[in-house]
Amino acid sequence: MVQGKDPGSGGVIFTRRNFLKGSGAAMAATAAVTQTAAQQPAAAATRVVSGAKEITLNVNGADHKVAVEPRTTLLEVLRDKLNLTGCKDLKDVYVDGADTVLVDGKATYAGVMLALQAEGKKIRTVESLRGDGQPDPVVTGFVKHDAMQCGFCTPGFVMAMRALLDKQPNPTLDEIREGLGGNICRCGTYDGITKCALELAKGGA
Amino acid sequence: MPELPVAWKPQAENVVFGKEVSRIDGVDKATGFAKYSADINTPGTLHGKLLQSPYAHARIKAIDVEAARKVPGVKAVYVFPDRAPRTNEETGEPIYFEIEHEGQPIAAVAAETSGQADDGLRAIKVVYEPLEFFVDEFHLPRAVELGRARPIRAAQQGDLEGAFKAAAHTITGMYGIQTISHMCLEPHGSHCEFTDGDHLTAHLSTQNVSGTPGQFASPLGLDAAKVHVSCDYMGGGFGSKFAADEWDIACAAMARDAQRPVKLMLDRATELNIPGSRPSAFAEITVAADADGKLVAWDSHHWGTSGPQGGTVAPTVMPYVFEPKNRRTRATGIVTNRGPDRAWRAPNHPQACALTQTAIDDLAAAIGVDPYDLFLKNLDLTWSATSRNPADKDIYAAELEIAAKLMDWKAKWHPRGEAGDGPVKTGLGLALHTWGGAAGRGTCTVAIHPDGTVETFSGTQDLGTGTRTALAVILAESFGLPYEKIKVHIGSSKYPMSGPSGGSTTIGGVSGPHRRAALKALGRIYDLVAAKHSVDAGTLTAANEQILSAGKPVCTWAEACSLLGPMKVEFQGEGPANDGLTSAQVGGVQMAEVAVDVETGVTKVVRYVAVQDIGTIVCREQAKSQVLGAMIMTIAYALSEERIMDNATGRFVNADLQHYKLPRIGDIGELIVEFYEPESQYKKGVIGLGEPPVISGGAAISNAVANAVGQRIPVLPLTPKRILDSLRS
Repeated sequence: MVQGKDPGSGGVIFTRRNFLKGSGAAMAATAAVTQTAAQQPAAAATRVVSGAKEITLNVNGADHKVAVEPRTTLLEVLRDKLNLTGCKDLKDVYVDGADTVLVDGKATYAGVMLALQAEGKKIRTVESLRGDGQPDPVVTGFVKHDAMQCGFCTPGFVMAMRALLDKQPNPTLDEIREGLGGNICRCGTYDGITKCALELAKGGA
Repeated sequence: MPELPVAWKPQAENVVFGKEVSRIDGVDKATGFAKYSADINTPGTLHGKLLQSPYAHARIKAIDVEAARKVPGVKAVYVFPDRAPRTNEETGEPIYFEIEHEGQPIAAVAAETSGQADDGLRAIKVVYEPLEFFVDEFHLPRAVELGRARPIRAAQQGDLEGAFKAAAHTITGMYGIQTISHMCLEPHGSHCEFTDGDHLTAHLSTQNVSGTPGQFASPLGLDAAKVHVSCDYMGGGFGSKFAADEWDIACAAMARDAQRPVKLMLDRATELNIPGSRPSAFAEITVAADADGKLVAWDSHHWGTSGPQGGTVAPTVMPYVFEPKNRRTRATGIVTNRGPDRAWRAPNHPQACALTQTAIDDLAAAIGVDPYDLFLKNLDLTWSATSRNPADKDIYAAELEIAAKLMDWKAKWHPRGEAGDGPVKTGLGLALHTWGGAAGRGTCTVAIHPDGTVETFSGTQDLGTGTRTALAVILAESFGLPYEKIKVHIGSSKYPMSGPSGGSTTIGGVSGPHRRAALKALGRIYDLVAAKHSVDAGTLTAANEQILSAGKPVCTWAEACSLLGPMKVEFQGEGPANDGLTSAQVGGVQMAEVAVDVETGVTKVVRYVAVQDIGTIVCREQAKSQVLGAMIMTIAYALSEERIMDNATGRFVNADLQHYKLPRIGDIGELIVEFYEPESQYKKGVIGLGEPPVISGGAAISNAVANAVGQRIPVLPLTPKRILDSLRS
């Protein structure tokens, strides 16, 4: 899907447009990237990048300089370079939501966003919800309702719920199901997650 | 004083044991601070990737990896054992490795970046000789014709012919359940790093921390004592993660070659395909009852495939739970070029239940009786998973009654197919199950520090069941401490041996040793307190961070622990033991209410009830989560989840999360969990719970759909297409 050769060997030309065209990701995932792309200045769509490049990413309020290839995803930077491993890599076509982060406040699959696309945006990962001693209400809600088992999908669900409540503090059951429908759990924790969301929706969080 | 008697506290005295508590690692998991094997990033970690066969069946005629070694960023290349062509030393004939299924690993590379690892794989040249393959799991006559069917295994008892002749009601039907994958969210794999030359640390995603060092050591030519397996957190196993797999050996070998850490986690398609599946099962079944609805005869032939090994569901669990006196079972395994099977949560039971209790439900429909009544009438024919002796039919009867009340069964039930004229038909179904859940092997070291700190070390693992929390709760209840203060150390092969987490053996396997160690510690502390404060040790108890004599505080817990001396004191616990702390044998009843749109074929679970007996409960909330999770996994395999093999190419065509259909959060309906727990259950001892609740829901949901639409949809999962095809035929 993500085309590109080793930068040292001349490299093929990579554009975001080609990436989007070639993406095999699910509609939901593709839509998220398309929207993100649409928000960028028109000139960005014609930018041609090749070779490794140092960029600055703003993650959880701090700027980080990282070297990336054009094919490097935001997920790879967060996990491998910044050691923010709360966003999980299911090594899929990224339709599972385990890699959900907030990009300029919007729930985004980090696996389908290129690191280059994330430049200049505010990225928030699940680690930021731990707080100093007092975790985010979404986190405490998940713990209270035992809305986790193996926990591998949990950070993605937490971020998806945070994004949902930021947008709509009092969602209905249908809005909760739609808002969290982009995430997959294998152990079967949906019941606790739903109860957690309903409680937070009542109280506002 | 004499040793404290080995027992759990009287139920009424418990403060945290058996109560609702939050996971001690909940915040770590929910904020990404819990580190899984896939998250280990020690400096310089290389990315490992596999080269796999695109063919379902082939010979490897040549492999050339030299170009891959020259690819920029590639630091190690590995060829799996025997894959490269060899020569028979005696005959001089070439020996070619035979690929048995798509996705079988051939080579691996480790590179600086993930992309460079892909570049390396592309540079490897493999010459294949494709061979005839067979991936059709259902078509038994074709398998027989191609020599792919194993010999029939048959067992018979009673007077089958006479019983069928005398029976008042007989039905014959075809039933089936497709293959599913374990599909762990954290893929199988490991992060391997050598230190001090030849010491391997493997962060392995495993259900078997204590058992895997030797599995690394042997193929790598290492001393097992030089292998440390670590697994703090693991992202799902379900029975598929007991081994250091061949790709983990590849990961370690490349780490040694490159003298760099290597991480190799399977990609999603591979995770779906090769590290585990639950075998399919199909059956032709004839079952008969007398005029009273008593089951009198059973005749079944089931078949299916576990992949290249050609296994099928164990005939010993057929017919499932209900066992008419006159019966014959036959089983045929089919050899296919499909990814191999591994134990999947309650091996054999979900398939056997889905075949058996659907047929019995069809018999009830043919007689024209409520299946609730027919099941109830035949409870004396049920067997136990542990002993094969008759089950406790009173427990099943009580659970049926509880479930019926929660479902409002008697008010809602209608005869099959009488669901009104509208396009959305509702229906009810039920089924029941049995499981053992005996304690596995386990040891632990409980350390008590002079300042009162309590730690435990155990080489067990937490699959997400809440093992960590359970250990904290057991020690906290024993010592009268807040459970959050107990320091629990698990997930390392350096800790005292604990058995693999399979067969629902973990909770019994760890809780017994911890209670035994705690009682030893408490006995010692009571003696010291008694001597120091001149009280009778026999009157002492521990509660509220204090030691009490006949209910009156004597000293604080910390003061008592300071009497142990200047150094920590360790107490060992072992198990299993026949001292009543643990036991085995549980059962349960599940009921489903579904709504089927007969115009679209879409089925929704409206309400789903699980009633389960589980012996002594350790962590109520996490136990409930186990049942809820099992119910959701059941909805998956009952309605949407299956491997789809392409007969033309031999490939697994839906091996990604977009097309391998799992329920999402909006697809589960109302779930109700109820534990059957009279006092007799608390006295029974701790029993495992992970597997039983995943067994009977498939049959219950299928029965509910049949009740709704008026006919059996024979093969699970009940996808819209299967339902519409059946209704139109």
